[in-house]
Amino acid sequence: MIAPNHAADSAPAADEGREIRVRILRQDAPGQESYWERHAVPYEPNMNVISVLQRIAAGARSADGRPVAPVTWDCNCLEEVCGSCTMLINGRTRMACSALVDRLLEEQPEEIELRPMSKFPVVRDLVVDRRRLFRGLERVKAWVPVDDSYDHGPGPRISPEEQEDAYPLSTCMSCGCCLEACPQYTKIEPVRREGETGEAFAERRQGAFDRGFVGAHAVSQAMLFNAHPTGKMIADERLEALTSAGGIQMCGNAQNCVAVCPKAIPLTRSIARAGRAATVWAIKRLFDR
Amino acid sequence: MAQPRVVVVGGGLAGLSATMRLAELGVTVDLLSLVPVKRSHSVCAQGGINSVNALTRQQGDSEWKHFDDTVYGGDFLQHQPPVKEMADWGPRIIDLMDRLGVPFNRTPEGFRDQRRFGGTLYKRTAFAGATTGQQLLYALDEQVRRHEVAGRVTKWEFWDFLAPVLDDTGRCRGAICQDLVSMQFRSFPADAVILASGGCGLVYGRSTMSMVCTGSAISRAYQHGAAYGNGEFIQVHPTAIPGADKLRLMSESARGEGGRVWVPRTPQDPRDPRTIPEAERCYFLEERYPKYKNLVPRDIATREIFDICTTEGLSVEKDRPCVYLDLTHLPRQELDRKLHGILEIYEKFQGVDPRDVPMKIFPAVHYSMGGLWVDYQRSATGGMEEGSPRNHQTSIPGLYAVGECDYQYHGANRLGANSLLSCIFSGLFCASGVIAGSQSSKRTAAEESSRLFDAALRREQDRHEALLGRRGSGDNPYQIHQELGALMTRVATVVRRNEQLSAAYDEVCALEDRWRRCAVSDTGNWTNQNVVFTKSLGDMFPLAKIILIGALQRDECRGAHFKPAFAVPGLQATDEAARRREAEEWCDRFASNTARWLKSTVARPGADGHPQIAYEDVDTSLIPPRPRLYGLVGADLIEEVWRERQQASEARVGGTGVGSGRPLAATS
Ligand SMILES: Cc1cc2nc3c(=O)[nH]c(=O)nc-3n(C[C@H](O)[C@H](O)[C@H](O)COP(=O)(O)OP(=O)(O)OC[C@H]3O[C@@H](n4cnc5c(N)ncnc54)[C@H](O)[C@@H]3O)c2cc1C
Ligand code: SF4
Ligand code: SF4
Ligand code: FES
Repeated sequence: MIAPNHAADSAPAADEGREIRVRILRQDAPGQESYWERHAVPYEPNMNVISVLQRIAAGARSADGRPVAPVTWDCNCLEEVCGSCTMLINGRTRMACSALVDRLLEEQPEEIELRPMSKFPVVRDLVVDRRRLFRGLERVKAWVPVDDSYDHGPGPRISPEEQEDAYPLSTCMSCGCCLEACPQYTKIEPVRREGETGEAFAERRQGAFDRGFVGAHAVSQAMLFNAHPTGKMIADERLEALTSAGGIQMCGNAQNCVAVCPKAIPLTRSIARAGRAATVWAIKRLFDR
Repeated sequence: MAQPRVVVVGGGLAGLSATMRLAELGVTVDLLSLVPVKRSHSVCAQGGINSVNALTRQQGDSEWKHFDDTVYGGDFLQHQPPVKEMADWGPRIIDLMDRLGVPFNRTPEGFRDQRRFGGTLYKRTAFAGATTGQQLLYALDEQVRRHEVAGRVTKWEFWDFLAPVLDDTGRCRGAICQDLVSMQFRSFPADAVILASGGCGLVYGRSTMSMVCTGSAISRAYQHGAAYGNGEFIQVHPTAIPGADKLRLMSESARGEGGRVWVPRTPQDPRDPRTIPEAERCYFLEERYPKYKNLVPRDIATREIFDICTTEGLSVEKDRPCVYLDLTHLPRQELDRKLHGILEIYEKFQGVDPRDVPMKIFPAVHYSMGGLWVDYQRSATGGMEEGSPRNHQTSIPGLYAVGECDYQYHGANRLGANSLLSCIFSGLFCASGVIAGSQSSKRTAAEESSRLFDAALRREQDRHEALLGRRGSGDNPYQIHQELGALMTRVATVVRRNEQLSAAYDEVCALEDRWRRCAVSDTGNWTNQNVVFTKSLGDMFPLAKIILIGALQRDECRGAHFKPAFAVPGLQATDEAARRREAEEWCDRFASNTARWLKSTVARPGADGHPQIAYEDVDTSLIPPRPRLYGLVGADLIEEVWRERQQASEARVGGTGVGSGRPLAATS
């Protein structure tokens, strides 16, 4: 988050004096104790959680009037397309920018509860370190292996059906909601050891990430690229990744992921496809020996 | 010489395409961004990306016409060779993005589908649902990730570019940046630094832009001496959804797919819009611009919407200006296939389904045509010479700018779906010149004395610590930002008046003074967003001043810059001979205004803290400027008179088009 923003130009008189109460689980830095803090901001119509946080940052006081350091959080697009602002809102993983206060108060009238995602290391307050999520994309080689960026004419012909199949998968904004909800995706938080160099630590951390479950988002991306006419030229490498440690076999098919994906990406379909492809691939490899 | 090391600031479309091409050419790239590059503002782009294509070509379209539409749309305020080069590259860029896996919408036969956008009569715009920017960005992000795994690119995400490092000859030798997590400073020696830091919408408080679009990086480059071009040209998009935290865009593609803009003929008609009969609706864009209809360029649509609400009092609501943008006559399935992403935004944030109910929209600040001044080398064929180190170089040697943060392609008004093209194009195109430029320098950055970097780093550290140590006046940076945004939105958007602009300039200086005295509420040194914001707020003032002074001094109307005091009225007479006379006069005035004002504004930081303004001639050697009327009802005579004059002058010179031998665009 960079710039808090501003009050609506006109707040109707009817809601005058009404306050929204917010309870935030804060943490000053990695490795420190977390603590709850209460805030209150004046109600305005059409608020989302980001605008509530903006008021809190601007005020920098807790509900009992104590000066406190402004709460820290991530956001950018404010229209649910960049994937920055994931947090636990009233206990449910979702995007803060599209979480409308009126709806939240219907869910839970007394107060809104904000917590950082639990599957990623907290950096500060509501900001978490989602490096592992992006590492997942590297593990499954989520790209089209083109020769270069020069002109070689158009890409392959693609039918509308194939496009309509691929497009939803391609809208994955790496928010991590699916990972937060997944029972198989457990937190990995290595701590830098005394005397360990930055590079050595980064390498050790990567190793730890790579033994953990790769995650539904990455499985789905692997299927996206394995269906693309050029992308599939390295389909085997992706299947190799999906069948090694931390691969598709870890998925318990609980389907929590698909229920929370803000983009309604058909993750269970991708997981099923990946499961089948992995089985076929394993058998094929057995025969190829 | 060893391959150079390049720093790229920004991982939107421009920064990623530059990084991809550089890495491919063997350059080691440090890629910095305030947010993970995959979350850059480019993901917000909805509608699509322009280029000539097989279909439009057979309907008479050409690269030349795309070029012509772009300069006509930009009211001729852009140097033509780079624009021509961009239009020429268009088809190749779309093909490339297609190969990278962008899921462009398809025709039944499996070709890329296209839609029509504003300011053209051709269906030139390729699109991937209504999240084209996201899809393009992801494709580039994937390629850069590939290079990262291969060790050619190092990403520095959550890093803030603070300053370029200049040596004693004034050449850029690297950058000083800050880690936004640990708040540590670090110098990045480099043979070239490319800024690809996007727009500066936050100077206006609320806009359609993302929260990191503060313009901090370009402001910092400017404060170190880089010239800034055409700052006063800010695009206000005609159709956005007003919101308390952000003005969310409703893409032009809604109109491209058949959306119609209207207001009830009865002011604030209380009826359900769906029950208002056709005859009682005013489709004002279609009535006034029968040729382009709802797809006139943005500056025109914005002014018409603004006028109908303010001057004519026909706003849909009484307390809040807005007009209807209506899609309800279009088939649901088609809407879902082509516009799902943007309809979902309206539905999610407004709680109303725009497939059933007309949307309520109003203009909002959207794009900066202006930006860092950059150079180019003209090629023999009138385009831009590939591989020249001058291309996209700012006035600081070794410092480059690409994407929305340069001033190059869009003149006084940008056409829809042309920005994604200019971003990818400028990123790809600049790479070979950047390499050539850094190889021409005598020393490599690695050989540069570490004293240079230490001193630059210390300056930034001191500035940071001074900010933390301020014992404030109690003024709050967020409050100051809110006031700045409200002020800029009031005086420097759709309608501009000199009294207001000059008063606003003083107010901005006063706000800057208050900023100098305000304190941060977080003085810690771990993920301190408060101090980062306060710093970038301070960097908004130079940009606000550039915008205001540029607008104040430009006494004319051009593209997005509209001053009623200098508007030339249309033809009033009804008698034919008198009309003809008026049209002749109109053209005389147009010609003299062109001679006086067809110049780019170039701002440099003055010693007294105020921008120093100079004007630069525009290279219009390929397409001569002409009145920009878009077939406005009642203005055909002006266009006719102008055409006759052009033909007469060509007959005198004895050529066809000026210099190019291409057909004269005015007749297209
Ligand atoms: C809502 C919306 C819809 C749009 N739709 C279209 C469309 O349909 N078609 C079209 O052609 N155009 C469209 N545009 C315009 C287009 O999206 C932008 O002009 C374009 O994406 C800008 O890309 P960029 O690469 O220049 O910068 P951005 O994508 O804005 O990226 C800027 C990068 O710079 C980084 N950065 C900024 N400051 C710093 C700093 N101080 N330190 C380090 N890093 C920094 C950021 O982190 C980011 O990575 C739209 C714009 C908006 C707002
Ligand atoms: S289906 Fe698999 S990936 Fe999805 S939540 Fe369950 S275990 Fe996780
Ligand atoms: S699959 Fe859905 S929930 Fe998971 S990261 Fe992508 S968008 Fe987010
Ligand atoms: S801020 Fe981008 S998804 Fe919420």
